Amino acid sequence: MPQETVTLRQEIFSLKHVDKGYHKGGEEDIQVLDDVNLTLHEGEIVGLLGRSGSGKSTLLRIIAGLIQASAGEVNYCGQPLNGPAEGVAMVFQTFALFPWLTVLQNVEAGLEALGVEPKERRRRALAAIDLIGLDGFENAYPRELSGGMRQRVGFARGLVVNPTLLLMDEPFSALDVLTAETLRTDLLDLWNQKQLPIKSILIVTHNIEEAVFMCDRIMVLSSNPGRVVAEIKVPFAHPRNRLDPVFRKMVDDIYALMTQRRSADTLHKVQLEIGSPLTEVSTNLMAGLMEALAAAPYNGRADLPEIGSKLLLEVDDLFPVTETLEHLGFVELRDGDIELTAAGKLFADYGTQERKVLFAEHLLRHIPLAARIRRVLQERPGQRAPRLRFEQELEDSLSDSAAEETLDTVISWGRYAEIFSYNDHTETFSMEDVEGAQ
Amino acid sequence: MTTVIRPFIPATAKRLLPNRWDLIAFPLILGFLLFATTGIQGTWAPISALQTEPISLDAANLPEYALRTTLRMLAAMIASIVFTLVYGTLAAKSRRAGQLLVPILDILQSVPVLGYISFTVTFFLALFPGRVLGAEFAAIFAIFTSQAWNMTFSFYQSLRTVPNDLKEVSQNLRLSGWQKFWKLEVPFSMPGMIWNMMMSMSGGWFFVVASEAITVGDKTVTLPGVGSYLAMAISNKDLTAVGWVILTMTVVIVIYDQFLFRPLVAWADKFRLEDTMSQAAPESWVLNLIQRTRIIQQLLRPFGKLLKKLARMRLNIALPQSIHTESHSSVSRGLDIAWGGFMVLLCGYVSWKLYSFISSEVGLGETIRVVGLGFITLVRVTVLIALASIIWVPLGVLIGLRPRLAETIQPIAQFLAAFPANLLFPVFVVFIVHFKLNPDIWLSPLIVLGTQWYILFNVVAGASAFPNDFREAATNFHIKGWQWWKQVMLPGIFPYYITGAITASGGAWNASIVSEMVSWGDDKLAAHGLGAYIAQTTAAGDFPKILLGICVMSLFVVLFNRLLWRPLYAIAENKLRLN
Repeated sequence: MPQETVTLRQEIFSLKHVDKGYHKGGEEDIQVLDDVNLTLHEGEIVGLLGRSGSGKSTLLRIIAGLIQASAGEVNYCGQPLNGPAEGVAMVFQTFALFPWLTVLQNVEAGLEALGVEPKERRRRALAAIDLIGLDGFENAYPRELSGGMRQRVGFARGLVVNPTLLLMDEPFSALDVLTAETLRTDLLDLWNQKQLPIKSILIVTHNIEEAVFMCDRIMVLSSNPGRVVAEIKVPFAHPRNRLDPVFRKMVDDIYALMTQRRSADTLHKVQLEIGSPLTEVSTNLMAGLMEALAAAPYNGRADLPEIGSKLLLEVDDLFPVTETLEHLGFVELRDGDIELTAAGKLFADYGTQERKVLFAEHLLRHIPLAARIRRVLQERPGQRAPRLRFEQELEDSLSDSAAEETLDTVISWGRYAEIFSYNDHTETFSMEDVEGAQ
Repeated sequence: MTTVIRPFIPATAKRLLPNRWDLIAFPLILGFLLFATTGIQGTWAPISALQTEPISLDAANLPEYALRTTLRMLAAMIASIVFTLVYGTLAAKSRRAGQLLVPILDILQSVPVLGYISFTVTFFLALFPGRVLGAEFAAIFAIFTSQAWNMTFSFYQSLRTVPNDLKEVSQNLRLSGWQKFWKLEVPFSMPGMIWNMMMSMSGGWFFVVASEAITVGDKTVTLPGVGSYLAMAISNKDLTAVGWVILTMTVVIVIYDQFLFRPLVAWADKFRLEDTMSQAAPESWVLNLIQRTRIIQQLLRPFGKLLKKLARMRLNIALPQSIHTESHSSVSRGLDIAWGGFMVLLCGYVSWKLYSFISSEVGLGETIRVVGLGFITLVRVTVLIALASIIWVPLGVLIGLRPRLAETIQPIAQFLAAFPANLLFPVFVVFIVHFKLNPDIWLSPLIVLGTQWYILFNVVAGASAFPNDFREAATNFHIKGWQWWKQVMLPGIFPYYITGAITASGGAWNASIVSEMVSWGDDKLAAHGLGAYIAQTTAAGDFPKILLGICVMSLFVVLFNRLLWRPLYAIAENKLRLN
């Protein structure tokens, strides 16, 4: 039974040309969201899908009225939004339950804030607790509950205030796979049986399958800065079957979309510069992925979603490692597939020492920052350089935290490759103990 | 890519070349050594020197006095560290010793520090007849008693909580007890110990000021130092001198913090057990300086090597192997009983001795009167801690929720906590004398003058650490006003508040001895209370009464801790833990 199309339903929320930037030490802004347009209608579940750094949580908090957009229009039920609006309830990734309140008190807290009479408060809280399957736990403290039960309290607390819109910030990502799935289906059942008072749900996630499984519409966000790069309607009826070929096809397409986005504008992978941000990826993970790719059944080439779920890598882990390997010239990414290059195959075959030599060669050739550090060290008389020197250089183009992560990343790769050494106490790079340095 | 080839300098030679950091660090260290030697020389002078060289109110002498005071602090700290390592190890390693040592430590912690002085002054003067050293030892011992106990507790607790897998690794590596101590146990307990050292040190300034100029009966000791300068200024009614001494102390505390504790804390950061990097690792410019210098690093290296060698020795102190204990269980049980019996006997003997000493002069009526005075001081402490909480908790929360403001306020609050409040007493006393105010009421604020800051900075820390998600949830569900305080913020900061309040109340009991009886020149003000009683009997050198006063105060402190703070702390630990 295909769902009715959502034309001309009542508009609940609309964002027009929303920007969000953070000021950094009087210098230029760090742009988090760039020209985001988004409309929420009655009766739909909308997903905000993006990787870390896509500003999806920031967007959610703008809608919740917790932070203000730097520019653009935010309208709630036709009115401009001013601060946290009534009728917008939020469910948190970390549950955010007050540990000193019982389940019942946590659920009642929002009603108390609205000034609901104690008797009515109790009745409504108990009803919400029943609905969400928590009866019997009313007097338990959050610490006595499992993660899944805690998030049910989070749902009950959100639902009890009869919100128009329910915002969910990665609500299932802190839970184990089975618990998360149970909670998803329970929530969808309640939603589809129209037992929930809410008119619309907005869910933030980095899990592509979760988005396709739950949402009627998916907004895909790009990273740094966050932009809406695609809007995908999911036409499947509930309950959805994850193994259905059309379901798989859509998941594959979104994977391809999220990995291949760059080549659409430039037809080439982006060349890294000295100031390009690097994401911390361990060399063990890189080696492990290359080994897995080289071995059967993949033999050098794999479907990204497939190998991701096989290796239990979520998008937020999988994409950074595949992209790093791509930058280093060990793999190529095409149409949601990943393929080892000749160098990548060699790496997988090599032993420990040979791997390090090969990695060092690729690191110096493809990661300009690594090459720069090495060159500076070789040019200096003492072959030492303080971390600060490079950090300041990076901070010209990156935020403080991104500059720090980038430098930490290149340090851990450089240590593995033995192209320089680094002393964390004195915060200096040097060529000490590096073979062939002098 | 062209690489410029530089002249080749062998690595060993390279390390010997001075770099620019040496230029700054070297004079600092040399200067410190010089000052230390001149300071120590003075202690070998005969005690008559103290009488012939009275304290001069000339401000030019203050740097030297400050140095002497600081050295006393340092000596006490070293003594405390040695005591901590030995006592803590004994208490943690031997079950039987622990049964005795831990409760003793608990009581020692509750005895008012200034109470010890009356006895130790007499004791140490007798130990080194005719030498300044005896008086020095008495003062150092007083500071030691204010520092050692919580450090020892921290070390003992760390030893008890060394993770099992690390213990198993060291067994697996066949480390001897000595090696394990230096490789595992000491490093593991380092962060907690250094934190407690800082707390101790900040409390210690108060007692060093109080213990440098002291009169017990007919014996008056005036050691050159900031404290005796203050005493002189008070008896001469010299407000300018009081101003100078306040200024000096401020400088000394800032220097001490920058040169000793910042570097220590930054250095100890590497002993933290978590593998994850903390958000903001502690920083110290002095430590950076030392770590970046080459010559100083070279000079320090032999010491480092010696220490390492010492730690690597396989000294095997024969401790019973845990595996064998089971086979001797019947023998062990017999020993347990004998040990228990011995302790009961010892306890009984000491109590009887104590009782007979006190009762030789003091009757039941006096005891009841002293207990009554204890209640007056109890009311004073309770009311003032409550008042300080009412003021500082809301302010601390408001500050803590603003990270920028918290960053500025936090070091100031910590400084104020370390600043010996007794230096400020004269200012208040002048005021009270001038307006002829009731000392029973107006001397009371002095009790929390120095210790209230512990409440402030702990609450600020708590509010700063309050999870952002909780704040967002509260905002999202429109929780405001009293409901916000009651359900969101107050429970969130409660564990921090309790930590601060316990320190503050402990400090307040101690402070009562110096703040319930104060003077300005010939004007003497005394409030009714146990603190004033101890101060008066000390000045009179009436030992049975001093002992009675100390016993009663210790009893009050122990009961206060057991009946109020322990239960509250348990609630904070069990129910209000975040996560």
